[in-house]
Order: sequence, then C-alpha cells, then structure tokens
Amino acid sequence: MDHATFIFFISTAIKIAIFTFVLILPIIAYSTYAERRVSSIIQDRVGPNRVGIPLTLFGCKKDIPFSGLLQPLADGLKGLLKEDLVPAHVRKFFFWIAPALTAAPAFLTLCVIPFGSSISLFGEDIKLVIADIDAGPLFVFAIASLSVYGITIAGWASNNKYSFLGGVRSCAQMISYEIALGLSIIPVLMVFGQLNLSDIVQAQADGGWTLLPLWNAHGSVLDRSYWENAGEQWLLLIPLTISFVIFTTSIFAETNRMPFDLPECETELVGGYHTEYSSMKFALFFLGEYAAMIVGSAIIVTLFFGGWSAGFGLDTAIANMAWGSFKLGGLIHLGIFLAKVIAFVIFFIWVRWTVPRFRYDQLMKLGWVVFFELALVNIFITAGIIMMMN
Amino acid sequence: MMPSPLFYLLAALMFTGGLMVVFMRNPVSSALSMVLSFIGLAGLFVGLNAYFIGILQILIYAGAIMVLFIFIIMLLDLKKEDEHPRRGAAMAAGIIIPVVLLIQLAGVLATEQDSPKVPELMLQEQAAEYDKETIIHKRLADNRLPDVHLTGRKIFTEFNFPLQIIAVLLLVATVGCVALSKKQTKTVVKKLPAQRIPTIASAPDLTSKKND
Repeated sequence: MDHATFIFFISTAIKIAIFTFVLILPIIAYSTYAERRVSSIIQDRVGPNRVGIPLTLFGCKKDIPFSGLLQPLADGLKGLLKEDLVPAHVRKFFFWIAPALTAAPAFLTLCVIPFGSSISLFGEDIKLVIADIDAGPLFVFAIASLSVYGITIAGWASNNKYSFLGGVRSCAQMISYEIALGLSIIPVLMVFGQLNLSDIVQAQADGGWTLLPLWNAHGSVLDRSYWENAGEQWLLLIPLTISFVIFTTSIFAETNRMPFDLPECETELVGGYHTEYSSMKFALFFLGEYAAMIVGSAIIVTLFFGGWSAGFGLDTAIANMAWGSFKLGGLIHLGIFLAKVIAFVIFFIWVRWTVPRFRYDQLMKLGWVVFFELALVNIFITAGIIMMMN
Repeated sequence: MMPSPLFYLLAALMFTGGLMVVFMRNPVSSALSMVLSFIGLAGLFVGLNAYFIGILQILIYAGAIMVLFIFIIMLLDLKKEDEHPRRGAAMAAGIIIPVVLLIQLAGVLATEQDSPKVPELMLQEQAAEYDKETIIHKRLADNRLPDVHLTGRKIFTEFNFPLQIIAVLLLVATVGCVALSKKQTKTVVKKLPAQRIPTIASAPDLTSKKND
C-alpha cells in the first residue's frame, strides 16, 4: 500500500467516525430534546427541564438540572434498559431486522454530504466529505428509497392490522413522494450542470446561493458589475423557488414528519407500524426518523442554501485561514454548515407543531396531482430560461 | 479498479440472494432476497467505475420496483401458495431452462481467456475528443470519469430517437392502465346504487323516524 492510499484510508475512517458518531448522533439525540422543548414553548408548557447531574444520589443536597440538557442520555439509557418484548405472534426474523433496516439507510446517506470545504493537515489536503462521488443526490435518493423496506417489513412482521395498515400507508406514501422529490431537484441540477455535491456547494460559494443570489463572481449586490451579470440569476429564482417548496414538502413526506405522518397516525392506527415494538427496537425507529430528517435538512441546505459556504465572498478567506502549516478554515465551514442544518431541523419541528395532519386522500392528491405535474412543468420553465439566456 | 476480495464478497452476496429467491418458501422473503441480490449487483457496477448505473440499479430496481412487488405480495397475502403441490410441467421448465443457460455459460467460459482484465482507462487522453468548454473535458483532464455526463451525452445525441420512442411506449402503457382501471370503477359505480337501496330500506330505525 503506497503513501497516498494509506492517507486516504486513514482519513476516510476518521471522517466516518467523526461525522456519524461525533457530529450527527449527538445532533439526533438533541433534536429529540429540541422537539420536546420547542413543542412545549409553542404550546406554552415547560417541557423536560429536570434531568441533569443527579448529585443527590451521591449524598449532596441538590441536583444540577442544566435545564434538562441530559434528557437524551436518560432516554437512551431507558431504551437500552427497558424490557425488550417480542410478542409471540410476530414473524421473528423480520421483526428483528426491520428497525435496523429503517435506521441504517439514513446513516448511509451521510457519506456523500459535504460537511465543509477542505482542511490541510501535514501537507495533505483532506476534503470534509466521506465519499466525493459524482452522483451525490442520486445516491441519497437511492439509499433513502431503501428505508421504506424497514417500515413496511415492520408493519407486516408485527402481524397486527394497525401495524400493517401503517406499513402499507408508509410504502404508498414514500413511493408517491419519491417521484416529486426526484423531479423537483432537476432544475437545480440543470442550473449547476453536475451531480457532485461538493462542486455544487463550491459553485454556490462563488456565484451566490441558489435561493439567495446576492453575490456572484463579479461582486456583491452593492457593486455595479454584479448587476451587469446578474439577470439570469434573478429570473432563475422563480423555478428554483418552486423546486425548493416541492422538495422541502416532499422531504416532510419522505421522513414521515408531521403534516404527513399518516403511517404512525395515532388517532387512527394506535401507533402505526411500531405498535408492537418496545425498548431499543422502538427507539431505533425514532433514531432512523430523526437521522432521515437531519439528512433531509442537510440536502436542502446543500442544494438551496449554499451548504458550508458563508457567502458574501468570505469563503476564500475562510478556507485560507491557517494556524501554522495547518489550514483549518474548513472547520469554520463545518460549523456554518451544522448551524444551517440545525436551523432547518428547528424549522421541521416548528412545522410539526403548527400544521395539522393531512387526510390520506389529500396527501395522495397533493403528491400525484399537484407536485408531480408542477415539478414537470418546472423543468420546462427552467430549460426555457436557460435556453433564452444562452 | 475494485480489489478482488470485494468482488468475491459482492458476487457471493448476489449469488446467495439469487439462491434464496428460489429456495425461500415465503414470497416476502424471496422478494427481499432479490433486493439483496440487486444490491450486490449494484456493488459490482460501482466496482467497474459505473457509479451512475450502480446507483440507478438500487434506485429503480431495489428502491422502486421491488417495493411495489412487496407491496402487492403483502396485500394479496399469498399464504395458500405455500401449500400448492409442485406441478410436473413447472418442475420440468425449472430444470430445462437453467440447464440450457448453464451450457451457454460453460460455452462462454471455455472460449474466454484465463483471467480477463478490465481495460485500463486512459482518461486524460480521451479528454481531447470533447469540447474544451464542456464539463466532460474538464473532468477527464482532471483524471475523473464523468460517467453521468457521458451516459447522458450518449443517450441524448446518438440514441435520442429510440429514447423518445420508449418514452411514448411507456406513456401508452400508463394511459392504457388508467383507461382500463377507469372502466372498471364506472361499472362498479353503476351497480352500487342498486345494491345500496335495499340495505338502506332494510334499516327500519332510520326510515320509520323520518316518516314520523
């Protein structure tokens, strides 16, 4: 094994470990906490604010509450320590494998997301993306489309009518919205002319975010030369905004989040596909759901809001920031990216506690009659604008 | 190029998946084994530098078509199929067709060289064949294989006419499907009122209260 390959393997292993287990897993844990706190703020409640360091266990007079920040840890412990009940009437093998099939695809899709620009350590450039492949969005869709198996199998294996209905609903819903999801980003890909997510983000850092073209290669909005070159960007905002709306809504449907959470609709289906699950298997479904939500936010941020770029022509300066011979500007980009993703996760939570649930026929109608056609027309509009400009 | 242990692993995955499709008694297990086999195949495509085709393999076959299969198998609940006695004709076909295919495979293996090698990719030399402005040229010059762009270029320039024909064919199939299913619902709607009237009339509580 030569030097370059060795560096490649080591850096990839470190990136996998850091991005999934150090960055995303805690974000997932804390988005469950955020969900409960934000919902309590919206509903004028207090929410979980007690779990801290239990000093009273060690003989002190008071606990340190930390306003409930250790709640996710307690929840995780509870998931692991509770009795794991497997009902007698289930199909055992599928019942066991279903939670894993739900959680794994969401984590797999993380590998094409550009978390930051690149950092330079010991003279080696390291891109802050696990696998820099030339078909990023397609890879995400392909792997995300596998996550439907987990939910469907869970519903079927539970041998329970409510669970089964939840599984079937989820299956139909995900197939329907995958079409809108795939078609809606075609305008974006047409504008950038490629499928490599790192390059798409780089193009946005240079030429303005997709939905916020306030600067381009010729300067920012305040400069004269910007306006001489900016006509196309502003005209393209029309189809790109449409595709943003379709894409974001479809992500809500794909991740089974609130306005479209019919697979686990409590008023009709008890608990939906996870009615028969308990302890950590149950928690894995939620892990998968939140992971999918975070990946969804990351894709939205990457395609429409500049990914890791800070914008306003600051990115070259940030990328070149160095500490001795180590270029660590990429870490600042990483922070910017995570901040944007967290903002979107909070948006997801906000929508959940604001919008009421759709009826199932409304959901199907929205997917097949409205979004599918709108996304198709949108492709033609974009093609027209691009053709006109050339 | 893919290291050979990875090739054998993926090939084994595909092979096991394929065998399980045949030997599993439960139709849902069979369908899921087919997904496993597709994933192995996708991995083999990726190993041949065909990322695009590998990903499409998962996206379309594993992620869409097999989901529909499983959806339908679950809805039909094919339990009775398990107890069907094996028919002679089906068994004969099941033996003859694989044997023919095996003979063909043996024929191919006999003529092939000992260990065929994937041709070396000369990316930078190929770059000159494309316009300097295109992404294909830039990627090739950068020693990266722009397989998505190359596939798209091939399809939309050389095979544009067949592509359009296929699109029309699919459209015909879709429209046909909708037309057929529409017809069925119409007949159902016509029948429904006739069936419903007696059931409503036979509910004495409602009618008697209205008459009062």
